[in-house]
Amino acid sequence: MLKQIEGSRAIAEAVALCRPEVICAYPITPQTHIVEDLSEIVKAGDLGRCAFINVESEFAAMSVAIGASATGARAYTATSSQGLLYMTEALYSAAGLGLPIVMTLGTRAIGAPINIWNDHSDAMALRDAGWVQLFAESNQEAADLHVIAFRLAEELSVPVMVCVDGFVLTHAFERVDIPAQADVDAFLPPFEPREVLDPAAPITIGALVGPEAFAEVKVLAHHKLLRSLDCIPALAAAFAARFGRAAGGLVRPYRTEGAETIVVALGSVNGTIQEVVDAMRADGHAIGSLDVCTFRPFPFAAVRRALMRASRVVVLEKNLSVGMGGVLATDVREALGVDAPAVYTVVAGLGGRAITRASVRAAVEKAQAGTLEALHFLDLDRRVVARELAHEVAR
Amino acid sequence: MLQVRIHGRGGQGAVTAAELLSVAAFLEGKHAQAFPSFGPERSGAPVVAFCRIDSKPIRLHEPVVEADAVVVQDATLLHCVDVFQGLLPDGFVLLNSGKSLEGLGLAQIVSLLSPGHARVLDASAVARRCLGKPLPNVALLGAVAALTAAVGIDAVVEAIGARFRGTAREGNVAAARAAYDLVAGAASC
Repeated sequence: MLKQIEGSRAIAEAVALCRPEVICAYPITPQTHIVEDLSEIVKAGDLGRCAFINVESEFAAMSVAIGASATGARAYTATSSQGLLYMTEALYSAAGLGLPIVMTLGTRAIGAPINIWNDHSDAMALRDAGWVQLFAESNQEAADLHVIAFRLAEELSVPVMVCVDGFVLTHAFERVDIPAQADVDAFLPPFEPREVLDPAAPITIGALVGPEAFAEVKVLAHHKLLRSLDCIPALAAAFAARFGRAAGGLVRPYRTEGAETIVVALGSVNGTIQEVVDAMRADGHAIGSLDVCTFRPFPFAAVRRALMRASRVVVLEKNLSVGMGGVLATDVREALGVDAPAVYTVVAGLGGRAITRASVRAAVEKAQAGTLEALHFLDLDRRVVARELAHEVAR
Repeated sequence: MLQVRIHGRGGQGAVTAAELLSVAAFLEGKHAQAFPSFGPERSGAPVVAFCRIDSKPIRLHEPVVEADAVVVQDATLLHCVDVFQGLLPDGFVLLNSGKSLEGLGLAQIVSLLSPGHARVLDASAVARRCLGKPLPNVALLGAVAALTAAVGIDAVVEAIGARFRGTAREGNVAAARAAYDLVAGAASC
């Protein structure tokens, strides 16, 4: 059903269609509207015996999700920014225990300095926790990815994080086609846990593992997560067949045929980049873009296939690994190996700074001219930075 | 693509207005995107909300830089925010004020726009009369429909009906229709 609704509402309705049995969350901007809407849906009785559990922190939210999932319930939570960091320890536990929890991350910067606006610092900080990380390009995809996420999580017994740009998507009113319950039910069968914690038939999960077996456990988890690289394209195809539109997948190339320059990005900024691609194509430039939908596990082969024929790659990313550079660009360089196209890192949108078509195009044109730095900061106030660096030297 | 920027103060309903405008466009079968200039909500602080309307899906996620229409919910913003930034030469301006454009010191800016594209309306007074509260946002939506034809007044009324209940619905519908009639009735200012 077509609706003109807030992104958060679309996500809440999509999650509700997945018939979760336990929802637990602690509110944090910009995730708040999602769980507020879900609490209303649960209170209205639309989700049957689903329990909405208010908790005192994000650490508790993930801990409740772990407990619920381990006893065989379909469990969901959502968070942002410092909230994600606060649940870090439990996030690793959820992944290590192979619990198919689905979580929405309304992506947001991490302080200090305190900042509530959008970037991808939070998602990047937890990239090694053993969760699948999917990035939504639009609110339609944000809703659809949750339906895919529950099925992926439960097929592989891994937790899945659906990363949705905070404010840019969560607070935007857009047209979203909310799936029919019958279609979601047909796509997503009831959760059949592999094993459950049950006092009547006791088992132990998460026991101590010593040096003699710890590495093997981790390598097995690595292989399991890599299996999602086969599952995700299959689920994207199955989703398209049932719902009649594309969602998910590993990567999505846009006008990359014959492209000398390809811009790579995660999330909603891909829409803005596609506008730049269209405008530059109209002016005769051989340019395309690549939306990386699956960030963890990183789809090395798919990224390499999409980029290997380009002359240059501009990775536009909303994070800064302080002291290193761009996280996504590092992975892209790893995917391309030696004898690869030149890879530029463009750090943009930190702390919610707007990413405009004009600025993206200017950076791309610099890359074409060979004058872009290997690590470039989009729309940086260089005067302020230079002045402060000079003060530092003077001290 | 039509791009609208709404300037207001926290509590005046700028974000709600942008959302309702997008719903009205949606009800007419168009694609629309409404979003706030994200920030902590503080009553009385300058706020901005945006709405894009197009016949095809909207992929763009930058703030409205070039505006086809600017709505100013509070004339005191003229002294602290460049509300006309990026306004296109054939764009529209709608201001909530009891004063005239000349009285607001806007004669020069108005002279740069197409005739009839700038308009003041005492939307707070309309809202006070119809709704019992000086909330100008919904009345201004009716005026937007009349001034720009971006959406029809029936779609605006339907969007209001879906958003509000009871007396708030009746009052807001009355305010939007009254403002529409006031602006549509005067061919030029």
